Amino acid sequence: MAGNTKTVTDDSFDLEVLGSSKPVLVDFWAEWCTPCKMIAPVLEEIAALHSDKLTIAKLNIDENPKTAMNYNVMSIPTMTVYVDGKPVKSIIGAKPKSAILAELADYL
Amino acid sequence: MPDQVRNVIIIGSGPAGYTAAIYAARANLVPLVFEGVQYGGALMTTTEVENFPGFVDGIQGPQLMEDLRGQAQRFGAELVPDDVTEVDLASNPKVVKVGDATHLAKTVIVATGSKYRYLGLDNEARLLGHGVSACATCDGFFFRDQDIAVVGGGDSAMEEATFLTRFAKSVTVVHRRDALRASKIMQDRARDNDKIKWKLGTTVSEVLGEERVEGVELTATEDGHTERLDVTGLFVAIGHDPRSELFAGQLKLDEAGYVIVEHPTTKTNIDGVFACGDVVDHTYRQAITAAGTGCAAAIDAERWLADIPIEAEHP
Repeated sequence: MAGNTKTVTDDSFDLEVLGSSKPVLVDFWAEWCTPCKMIAPVLEEIAALHSDKLTIAKLNIDENPKTAMNYNVMSIPTMTVYVDGKPVKSIIGAKPKSAILAELADYL
Repeated sequence: MPDQVRNVIIIGSGPAGYTAAIYAARANLVPLVFEGVQYGGALMTTTEVENFPGFVDGIQGPQLMEDLRGQAQRFGAELVPDDVTEVDLASNPKVVKVGDATHLAKTVIVATGSKYRYLGLDNEARLLGHGVSACATCDGFFFRDQDIAVVGGGDSAMEEATFLTRFAKSVTVVHRRDALRASKIMQDRARDNDKIKWKLGTTVSEVLGEERVEGVELTATEDGHTERLDVTGLFVAIGHDPRSELFAGQLKLDEAGYVIVEHPTTKTNIDGVFACGDVVDHTYRQAITAAGTGCAAAIDAERWLADIPIEAEHP
């Protein structure tokens, strides 16, 4: 099922997230965060279904601390939607798929 | 439409839910387990579990839960990482809904455990994820070289405070009573830690900060005087409440919301519905006691299905 989401880094963030013409949801995560692991398959499913409207990207905060710091991420998982280079919506913490879809309704 | 009536549906996936699943699966009942999105229960956000029998050197909480999960799967339990949204336990067969999907079963085992209790302050909710946290293992990383506070006096508070000293410059434990509730070994470990400071006999009365936590207001339990403590993080570990809203109006609950069972069995007030783990237990609340009652619930369900009376046996 993997492969519907995209990996972004500190280096590629400007181009692939801020410069994207399509809204991008960035999942800030880390290896040691168990709620992040639980949410990962849900995001894969959402990515598979809605890739025409929304790109889902994953940013590992251990490897890419700069971006996480720039956007004041202080809890993971944090899932932030960027539209036209600006963060417009943040979902903090693991939630059921239905709740995530409801929060993303404006972008799907 | 649902296509079959299951023998047993298990709701919940902590030590109770998975142990019930292992036993039910080994009894060939092919249980359907709704694990919830945050599967694995409370141990998924802990670190080292030192008191689960059988692990001489301890085991990481998430690892223990992955292992229990794998063990249930090995015997044919069907695991679904979704949250149940509605139940009708009195009907026959019993109805369990997950969004639009309806599932039917002859018996239901309730093992939904408990959820974090928050302080209930407006700013606490507003700043959740911006300095306020209920998960030290998730968020500790963000507080490197910072001063933070942990609220609570139990084992979880001691564990979180001790864990957080890996990152933080200092960790202040705030507890409303002068005495801690935590076990002696956990208290000693925290007290021996130079980075941990203590504000006992004190409550957190307000969380300060606009965009992120900048401090907390503390109120002394005895004389009500207030002081400000400058911290950038507040970790709340003041206990748990049973996760039983789904069953309100159907299962008999006590005043605090725990499901009432006919001890020593796991029978609830509804025939064919059994409850186990922390959603029942306000006394012990340990992984091993949850696993123990999970086992009992599966055996009770198995006997119920075989039409064998479930009672304490008198030799």
